[in-house]
Amino acid sequence: MADFAVILISTILVNNFVLVQFLGLCPFMGVSNKLETAIGMGGATTFVLTLAAVCSYLVNTWILVPLDLEYLRTISFIMVIAVVVQFAKMFIEKTSPVLYRVLGVFLPLITTNCAVLGVALQNATKAHNFFESTLYGFGAALGFSLVLVLFSAMRERLAVADVPTPFKGAAIGMITAGLMSLAFLGFSGLV
Amino acid sequence: MDQLIFDSPLILSPVMLTLLALVFGGVLGYAAVQFKVEGDPIVDQIDSLLPQTQCGQCGHPGCRPYAQSIANGDAINKCPPGGQATVNALADLLGVDAQPLDDSGEGDANIKKVAFIREEDCIGCTKCIQACPIDAIVGAAKQMHTVLKSDCTGCDLCVEPCPVDCIDMLPLTTTIGNWSWELPPPSAQRAVELIATDSGRGVAV
Repeated sequence: MADFAVILISTILVNNFVLVQFLGLCPFMGVSNKLETAIGMGGATTFVLTLAAVCSYLVNTWILVPLDLEYLRTISFIMVIAVVVQFAKMFIEKTSPVLYRVLGVFLPLITTNCAVLGVALQNATKAHNFFESTLYGFGAALGFSLVLVLFSAMRERLAVADVPTPFKGAAIGMITAGLMSLAFLGFSGLV
Repeated sequence: MDQLIFDSPLILSPVMLTLLALVFGGVLGYAAVQFKVEGDPIVDQIDSLLPQTQCGQCGHPGCRPYAQSIANGDAINKCPPGGQATVNALADLLGVDAQPLDDSGEGDANIKKVAFIREEDCIGCTKCIQACPIDAIVGAAKQMHTVLKSDCTGCDLCVEPCPVDCIDMLPLTTTIGNWSWELPPPSAQRAVELIATDSGRGVAV
């Protein structure tokens, strides 16, 4: 149990995928203009990342390792992620139109989110077991959502703040992200 | 044969990837059939352009049924509350020519009308309140009612149920409170005007 807590804290705060490992930066900068969309994106990413971590763990342990094909990890994980995202999209659209309306537009975007591939590959290299892999994916997604929501809330305030002209728009966003990253480095002694 | 495939990575890896891809393709193909969603996304898009007053002036019970009917080929110019702007947006979406608004013989469609209750005649029956699709009429039983001018879409639905005919449709006068810039014409129209101006200039020179 304590191990699981360590994995969660480590993925959410200490080794945050966005601010410490710099994975998944494109949605971090791209979908953080509004709090509402950031929450939607966070939810969709949590869903997909956990599922993708599970599926890529299964593919890795049952297919790639027995056949000595570990060098095909990257390409097969990309395939797994693309299929999982597409399948999840169809499944949600059929079973829960409400959820689909909230998450739908973000699902295809996540296919190209490098944090998803990063989690799958790190699970493989760190030789996590099934539960650790799932938890690692879930924690990474929680960390991603947390940072995305925090950042979008800040950007909403930045939009009305009196920012000097040369720093307006993306520039102040980058600076804010950098400062957030520095702040998250403060967690590094925690685990 | 088995030996050859399993011993040589050169053969094993493409075979394995192909098999994996085939399985995934099969899963997705199955999902596409199994989780096929009935319902036409174009109807949603049309519905989102309509004003959602549910006034029924198009001859359909509400906006969603009219959207359904447009998707099946009905005319796009039957929505007076939406006005010409809605017709143009629908024409853009569906890739057809924008038609003038069909206002069924009512005067000038471009003048926005709002309902007005003659308060000295109102008996406080609340029938118009129940008819209003957007809750723009305030009042209570045995109290006189009045129309919120800023919310009224001019859909006429309250005129019919009034037992003492005290509701008039009045053109909305332009005041400082509701005046706004006229929207620029749609781009296609503007392009034509530009060319016409240019040719006029050409003649003058």
